[in-house]
Amino acid sequence: MPTVWFIIVSVMIAAYVVLDGFDLGAGIIYLFAGRTTDDRRTILRSIGPVWDGNEVWLLAAGGTLYFAYPQLYASAFSGFYLPLMMVLWLLMLRGIGIELRSHMENPVWQGFFDVVFCCSSGLLAIFFGAALGNVIRGVPLGSDGYFFEPLWTNFRLGPYPGILDWYTVMAGVVALVTLTAHGALYLTLKTDGELGIRARGVAMTVWPVQVALTLLSLVATWFVRPSIKENYLAYPIGFLIPLVVFASLVMLRVATGKGKELQAFLASCVYITGMLVGAVFALYPVVLPASTDPAYNLTIYNASAAHHGLIVGLVWWTIGMILCVGYFVFVYRMFRGKVQLEGGGY
Amino acid sequence: MDSAALVHRLHFAFTITFHYLFPQLTMGLAPLIVVLKTLALRRNDETYTQAARFWARIFGINFVIGVVTGIPMEFQFGTNWSHFSRFAGGVIGQTLAMEGMFAFFLESAFLGLFLYGEKRLSPRAHWWSAVAVFLGSWLSGFFIVATDAWMQNPVGYSKAADGSVQLSSFWELVLNPWAWWQYAHNMSGAVITGAFVMASVGAFYLLWGKFEEHARIFVRVGVIAGLIFTILQVFPTGDSQGRMIAHKQPVTLAAMEALFDNTPGAPLVLIGQPDVAQRKIDNPLVLPKMLSFLTYRRWEAEVKGLNNFPPDAWPDNIPLLYFAYHIMVGLGTIFIAVMVVAALLLWRGVLFRSRWMLWILLLSLPFPYIANTAGWMTAEIGRQPWLVYGLMRTSEGYSKLVSAGNGLFTLLGFMGMYTVLAILFLFLVGREIENGPVAQPAAAH
Repeated sequence: MPTVWFIIVSVMIAAYVVLDGFDLGAGIIYLFAGRTTDDRRTILRSIGPVWDGNEVWLLAAGGTLYFAYPQLYASAFSGFYLPLMMVLWLLMLRGIGIELRSHMENPVWQGFFDVVFCCSSGLLAIFFGAALGNVIRGVPLGSDGYFFEPLWTNFRLGPYPGILDWYTVMAGVVALVTLTAHGALYLTLKTDGELGIRARGVAMTVWPVQVALTLLSLVATWFVRPSIKENYLAYPIGFLIPLVVFASLVMLRVATGKGKELQAFLASCVYITGMLVGAVFALYPVVLPASTDPAYNLTIYNASAAHHGLIVGLVWWTIGMILCVGYFVFVYRMFRGKVQLEGGGY
Repeated sequence: MDSAALVHRLHFAFTITFHYLFPQLTMGLAPLIVVLKTLALRRNDETYTQAARFWARIFGINFVIGVVTGIPMEFQFGTNWSHFSRFAGGVIGQTLAMEGMFAFFLESAFLGLFLYGEKRLSPRAHWWSAVAVFLGSWLSGFFIVATDAWMQNPVGYSKAADGSVQLSSFWELVLNPWAWWQYAHNMSGAVITGAFVMASVGAFYLLWGKFEEHARIFVRVGVIAGLIFTILQVFPTGDSQGRMIAHKQPVTLAAMEALFDNTPGAPLVLIGQPDVAQRKIDNPLVLPKMLSFLTYRRWEAEVKGLNNFPPDAWPDNIPLLYFAYHIMVGLGTIFIAVMVVAALLLWRGVLFRSRWMLWILLLSLPFPYIANTAGWMTAEIGRQPWLVYGLMRTSEGYSKLVSAGNGLFTLLGFMGMYTVLAILFLFLVGREIENGPVAQPAAAH
């Protein structure tokens, strides 16, 4: 049963990154791709009806994590106290940036919220990448299952690292680049004209960097956590994951080159999912590795809620998920196609 | 209390108090907007459509602030109250996760359609999107109240070997009697806020002499809803809530009333200042025997006083609890009076000309917010010194590794951020009210 919830929580986090990833990415390239007021309104309209729903995946994943692994939730959230609070502030700024901008036609007002939206999107991507980096690298868990990480120590690895060291900074940059490409591909899909061409240009330019960083991150992860190979060696089917990752990268480039917008965007979704699945596959059954002593690792067994609660949860989670998929299909269908500025609504 | 415990309590208290200013209007306005949209559909009248659109614009601004200030609440269970989360997550993780799965997805999916999809949808489909947003916000309210109700009256759990509590009965958790009375009381309170805000804005336009056709709708809907829910707020919801406290948390009841001695035929204190050191009330103004009657339905029943309980079982801030409770009850009583008089004038057909009453409605705007806040303070301060009643003390629940300095750093950060949000909110809503219900909505994005 803890394994089932491990999969469920991983799926929800992946859904969050894929979905909110494209509106974060749209935010990252917002100032660059959106040169004119109309461009910017088009970008906002392309994510306007869906960004809030996408962000709910973060809340729902958080809630599900809390429910399934209270010990992990308690330990990780208090241990990552400072960066999480900053993430919250960024999420707030980003939310008001998107939603309040359109309430006044004043260029100073809009210019301010443009910058807020763009910067908070970029910083959030970096923070989320660094967070994942921390989970892979391990945190200084004590024997009581708690830790508190400072923002940085000496930027090196070791039993007592900070939130930011060279590895997690690299993970942050990988996330930034990945989501930039992801957002660019989404905008290519959803907009046309100059804006669409510019967005496509971003995706093409970023691609070599993305490939290089993917390779670098694999090598670095191997170096930082040699134990990641254990699961892969035990279950060689896992080697399919890096294959899928690279295949999707190639696919992404080819499809973008040929102007197959939907294929390119889907390839980016597969790429992101593949990267996350690769990490999760390597970690299982550990959910939060200890940099201090492997005996202090939090695993799906010592961090999960009791059996009865997990069974009950499976019932309502399934019902909730069916409803949720229904809403999403409905909303995305309502707002399908390229964004047009004329006509009401977003 | 060492200072880290204090900082973590203030952190949660500040962020939740500020946050709840917004959802109460969201949950209160949502059903009223559905009423306006229903009337618009039934009567095929453009004025009602414009009225609904106007409130949807205010709802939208209010919702954004509610969402962005709500996200930190879920996080803070883990960041600031990690020992509590580890202890109780096996139970309340259920209700909190269900809020995400059932309420947030529903709300967020249909909010975009409701706010910006009016031209894409048929009137009936748009009406459904308003209903979906209403349902989503009310479901969200239920899961949060059910979580708090479990902390007030823990049910459906068993103790695990590692000292944590785990779910033993899902239905006991969601059917917790505390949850249902508290939910009814809380949602009624939210509708009161919505009703007063709507009536107040209507009164403002009538006094101003602008948008009078819309204003009459606002006042009428606000006063009728206000009359119904101010009465429901006291009876049966408030009354049942009070008797539940008397039954399950007798020490809390004694502290709310600042009743120190066991008293047969206990009076209800209207005004007075508790003096905890001397264990008495200064300058009391009382209704004799009323407390006994309200609590036990017998004039001579004995109500247990604080002296009956060891001081370490007393709520740790009795004066604040006492005042929060009395402000809530006092305002609740005044609300009934305001709404009864306004409804009489409405019935007689003179309300829209009674400038004095319109002034009262206009100026009453902040008070439902105060009463709702005071009500939650009563519930939460009244539960002290417990975090989970009878199971975990507040002093045991906070994150021991997050120092007072780190907690204060982020508390100050939130204060700064929320000041900005408050200014933006008041500015934007003020503009919407100034522009009035006839104005075309600003081009969304």
